[in-house]
Amino acid sequence: MEHPRKAFGWAATDSSGILSPFNFSRRETGENDVTFKVLYCGICHSDLHMVKNEWGNTIYPLVPGHEIVGTVTEVGSKVQKFKLGDKVGVGCMVQSCRKCQSCAENLENYCPQMVLTYGANNVDGTITYGGYSNFMVADQHFVIRIPDALPLDAAAPLLCAGITVYSPMMYFGLNKPGLHLGVVGLGGLGHMAVKFGKAFGMKVTVISTSPAKKAEAIQHLGADSFVLSTDPHQMKVAMGTLDGIIDTVSAVHPLVPLLGLLKSHGKIVMVGAPEKPLELPVFPLIMGRKLVAGSCIGGIKETQEMIDFAAKHGVKPDIEVIPMDYVNTAMERLLKADVKYRFVIDIGNTLNPTS
Amino acid sequence: MASSNAFGWAATDSSGHLSPFHFTRRENEADDVTLKILYCGVCHSDLHTVKNDWGFTTYPVVPGHEIAGIVTKVGSNVTKFKEGDRVGVGVIVDSCKECESCQQDLESYCPKPVFTYNAPYKGTRTQGGYSNFVVVHQRYVLQFPGNLPLDAGAPLLCAGITVYSPMKYYGMTEPGKHLGVAGLGGLGHVAIKFGKAFGLKVTVISSSPSKEAEAIDLLRADSFLLSSDPEKMKAATGTMDYIIDTISAVHSLVSLFGLLKLNGKLVTVGLPSKPLQLPIFPLVMGRKLIGGSNFGGLKETQEMLDFCGKHNITANIELIKMDEINTAMERLSKADVKYRFVIDVANSLSSSNI
Repeated sequence: MEHPRKAFGWAATDSSGILSPFNFSRRETGENDVTFKVLYCGICHSDLHMVKNEWGNTIYPLVPGHEIVGTVTEVGSKVQKFKLGDKVGVGCMVQSCRKCQSCAENLENYCPQMVLTYGANNVDGTITYGGYSNFMVADQHFVIRIPDALPLDAAAPLLCAGITVYSPMMYFGLNKPGLHLGVVGLGGLGHMAVKFGKAFGMKVTVISTSPAKKAEAIQHLGADSFVLSTDPHQMKVAMGTLDGIIDTVSAVHPLVPLLGLLKSHGKIVMVGAPEKPLELPVFPLIMGRKLVAGSCIGGIKETQEMIDFAAKHGVKPDIEVIPMDYVNTAMERLLKADVKYRFVIDIGNTLNPTS
Repeated sequence: MASSNAFGWAATDSSGHLSPFHFTRRENEADDVTLKILYCGVCHSDLHTVKNDWGFTTYPVVPGHEIAGIVTKVGSNVTKFKEGDRVGVGVIVDSCKECESCQQDLESYCPKPVFTYNAPYKGTRTQGGYSNFVVVHQRYVLQFPGNLPLDAGAPLLCAGITVYSPMKYYGMTEPGKHLGVAGLGGLGHVAIKFGKAFGLKVTVISSSPSKEAEAIDLLRADSFLLSSDPEKMKAATGTMDYIIDTISAVHSLVSLFGLLKLNGKLVTVGLPSKPLQLPIFPLVMGRKLIGGSNFGGLKETQEMLDFCGKHNITANIELIKMDEINTAMERLSKADVKYRFVIDVANSLSSSNI
């Protein structure tokens, strides 16, 4: 055992990505640490990429999960912000250097030495294990308080999907009443962008290749309109109507038609990361003074802000709660985008230790 | 039909060859200013247009949208200008004046701009500054600060505003920050000057080692980065806050994004003829952006000229005679100019009218 405390969870052991019960260990609660019993963990598409080693950097065995919520069971001697029984969460990061410019500006997500919640080399030389497990130990700086107004299970996906769209919407000013926001892709990230957009008082249009998503987008998620991106007529009508676009699609796709939907001075922010470059004619950027930007999760301070905002404005992810042993089926369904709109594993009730 | 006779040099086909050309300009109406043209800068857009590179040239076309001269007549509604004023005209001579863009002093984004040359206008087509005079609505005429020479100031009307506007809009003006200027031609050399005036550290990024000496000694850039040297590029990773990309050839964006710090901004003002390849990963991992910009509105162009007057910023020019224009165009196509040709119109145009 690497660490003194026994832990258990589910891990992938090779690039088939199949998860199975796994015993491992976690560190003692250090003076700055918060230990919490995991009650729920969201399934992020990144988990699927990682269990299959699609990015080429997976270290097996891999215990995924970075949308983790639960209740505090122990705090270190220097922890003042949290106490036993508090409802807390951990997202995509568990450590950063705490000294660089990014860390100083509450942008730990951009710290060159940021430590990911799972599958990463931690500062103590061990590998991090994520939230598909019975408990977590994390530095208090990276622990988020979950307000009472948010049900714990629904709160989990905010810790990655939520912050991933909230952060760029704030940074790029796509958060003002009356502005018109386009959301490309209606999955975990996309549905959160729609909900935050409406909470900011924006007009929201969903842009998707799936006609089947229209009814849900409008009737259930509250989007104002829907544009089928494969229909040239619909795209033409929508040209020059959007102040901004949050693009959640990680498959390679054409940028030019999306740039055409923007008004002059409009912005498109990529939060999905296609692995190949996209073709970019500069003419549309120049003629309309448009920009293309990227964004990656968000800092801890902003994550707490986002959670508090979500609690205050009733922005709750739409989830499908599943038992732990359904996780492989869930991954298969996720691959086919067959989920509305995030699986959340009921860890507290269904993760059972092996013998 | 207007009765004023005008004379200039025009291209008549896509060979791009320019030659003497007589044409008619409209009468000076109530809102108009007539100016005798003293100088006109040669912009690379002029070259693209005479050769019909963009596919929408109508011949014959008199190019030129970096026009500097003296007011000879003003209409009855004109209060901002009077005879004898030193003025300029840039990329547009009209716009719709009613849309959101026009109302926000962003005429360069009006959906119906009237370009200074090669555009349909009032039943005829606009002809540009390679000519003896021009008649322009007062809103599209700029006042030259008293201390700015007209010859070296003319290129500011396109090259100047084309880099000044995005530097302001994208916030590339914080003293102490580090600006990269990619490409050292007409646009690039003015970007260096604005960068220094804003208090920035400026690095020129270029594939031509021969440009280094002038970049530093003459144009006062702080450093020079040879983009064709992978080691030097690697050493400069994550060192720049902003990049103005003036390169008009197709080029790699990946290497430029690598030079940017977190939250870095790359602004593209060059017009490559083919699309570029945009890698998304660097954008996402560093919250970086690429944005475009299209010359600038009239209010901002005036602001830019006034800024240049205050900081003594002009272009580095090679003054040429009107009948040297074809040679100049050839040299321009090989980037053989430091850093803008300016036609000495008043002193050489009439003698070419044979």
